[in-house]
Amino acid sequence: MFAKAYICKQADAEFKLLSSLCQISADRVRDLINFCAAGFGGGMELKMNKVTPHNNAGIKTNKSKLSLEWGYFVKNLPLTLFALPGIIIVLIFRYIPIYGLILPFKNYRASLGFFKSPWAGIENFKFLFIGDAMLNATKNTILYNLVFIFFGIVIGVAFALMLFEMSRRFVKVYQTVLFLPYFISWVVAAYIFRSLLDMDYGLFNKILVHFGKEPIMWYSEPKYWPALLFAANLWKQMGYTVLIYYASLMGIDRELYEAARIDGAGKIRQMWYISIPMLKPMITMLTILNIGRIFYGDFGLFYNVTLNSSLLYKTTDVIDTFVYRSLIDMGDIGMSSASAFFQSVVGFILVIVTNTVVKKVDEENSLF
Amino acid sequence: MGNHNKNNGSVQPFSEKALVAIFHLIIIFVCGVCLYSFLIVIGSSFQTQNDIMTNGYSVLPKQFSLDAYKLILKKPDVLLNSYLITIITTLIGTILGLYIDSAYAYVLSRKDYRYRKILSFYIFFTMLFNGGLVASYILITQWLKLKDTMWVLILPALVSPWYIMLMKGFFQSNSFSLTEAAKIDGAKEFQIFFKIIVPISKPAFATIALFYTLQFWNDWWLSLLFIESEKLMKLQYVLIKVMKNAEFLNSADALQYGLVKDGTQIPTLSARMAMCVLAAGPVTLIFPFFQKYFVKGLTVGSIKG
Repeated sequence: MFAKAYICKQADAEFKLLSSLCQISADRVRDLINFCAAGFGGGMELKMNKVTPHNNAGIKTNKSKLSLEWGYFVKNLPLTLFALPGIIIVLIFRYIPIYGLILPFKNYRASLGFFKSPWAGIENFKFLFIGDAMLNATKNTILYNLVFIFFGIVIGVAFALMLFEMSRRFVKVYQTVLFLPYFISWVVAAYIFRSLLDMDYGLFNKILVHFGKEPIMWYSEPKYWPALLFAANLWKQMGYTVLIYYASLMGIDRELYEAARIDGAGKIRQMWYISIPMLKPMITMLTILNIGRIFYGDFGLFYNVTLNSSLLYKTTDVIDTFVYRSLIDMGDIGMSSASAFFQSVVGFILVIVTNTVVKKVDEENSLF
Repeated sequence: MGNHNKNNGSVQPFSEKALVAIFHLIIIFVCGVCLYSFLIVIGSSFQTQNDIMTNGYSVLPKQFSLDAYKLILKKPDVLLNSYLITIITTLIGTILGLYIDSAYAYVLSRKDYRYRKILSFYIFFTMLFNGGLVASYILITQWLKLKDTMWVLILPALVSPWYIMLMKGFFQSNSFSLTEAAKIDGAKEFQIFFKIIVPISKPAFATIALFYTLQFWNDWWLSLLFIESEKLMKLQYVLIKVMKNAEFLNSADALQYGLVKDGTQIPTLSARMAMCVLAAGPVTLIFPFFQKYFVKGLTVGSIKG
């Protein structure tokens, strides 16, 4: 029964003891432990590999290391070939574009191509930060993300807590409705907002006029848009955020609540002392990961809902829309690649830093 | 599962019941706002031009009219063509993406595969770092010459590290002994995958297929960047065009077709909304039915046991 090499002698003895106590066969115990180990799966896998002595070739030979490696390669070839389409696509569309990091240091001319275009040093970067546009876009990106993160948590958790107190029947209905905006694209969302914000026929202006006020030129006034875009983002992401927190709440041991109830705690206390602390790991992880993405804006939101109105750029332009505009509308490869460089590098540093922090806080949930 | 209050319903103090009632009201209000936002687009599409101009976009038309739909469907080439191209790219994209992602995930899930760590890093590194829009744009338009082709709508979106991660987790929860037994019987890797792994992984495949379908169906980004030819415009991109310029629908032809009597106006405004309903409606109605799969896929990482 214990002929397999991966159980060491001490565990061996413990298995025998355990199985005799439970009066089930040792095979069953081993299978059970294997099943649990496999179930943990995911990120634990890589760590467990270190412990499991898994030797492809336990035999000592006189072969050179190179031919040994080649042997392994051939043996693993079928699986490698199986993964090959994915490897190639990723190589083409994700890894090759990394040359884009060098692009802003060149004075790119389409006629000369990438390799023949002359070098430009840091000219493009200087030019990028001279005007206000890039700084404005960066400011907007960071501020919007901070607001989205904060309120995403507050409102997401609040709603999840509320749904948690309701019966499954109601929750299903509510969740279906709240999830609807998730399925539509920002383009369709733009239509919805148009019906509200249209200068002549939109609902908001009709209401304003009805109360004797002046209609507002929504698509020309920058000052209203932080609030509008915040509402838009909330409306679209709500279903998803609430779902995540609700699922986490469902994973909490009910006995905690029972015990609290017996001790006389009302709902509010239960929320404050049980639900919210138990949600802290999830909240922390999501927050930190979102901070890692703080330099990236949701292009769809900022481009479509605003109808790409240039009058609004002061409050609606983010790095992503700035890059897009510089590239497509202005054809300025230098500026657009410099801003993309900025976003990629700073974004990368942030993601690494925040992931390291998540690892310290809660190892299972980090990306790597 | 279920409401743990039910057990103690009889001893629940009134204040708590009131609290839950307030919760319901709040949520109902928010749901109402959500629904309203959809209803206003639908309602507006049934309004006449005059109605909109006097009363604005509204949920309940003063005068129910199908003019806008008649206008679009009289000359439906644009709509039909974009439906066609959207369906084709979604089908091809979903099938290819599903195959490529699941194959990659399967290889990653195999404990006996020597290069797991390398391939794992290879794919997940792309989640942290990208070369930027400009590089991709030059690559696709100048080097690969994919501009204005159907494949540019599919290829760049084929591999998703997130979906691979989901599938890998799922494959790992299967017992390795199945594969071992098949190998002893002499099966090739290809056969093992299709004859054994796929049949038992149907829920995972269904989930990822739905994610891909939603992604390809709703995509407008690739069209915005790379498509100029009208024949290759997907639904969402047509919507962007229509938003900017209602004449894109050739509403000037409406009079010519005798659709609109003299004195009444060409329904350009409601036609816009009608276009939105026609392009997004069917899909928005279908996806909630598959919500359960989305929920499973999205929450797989967040339930902490």
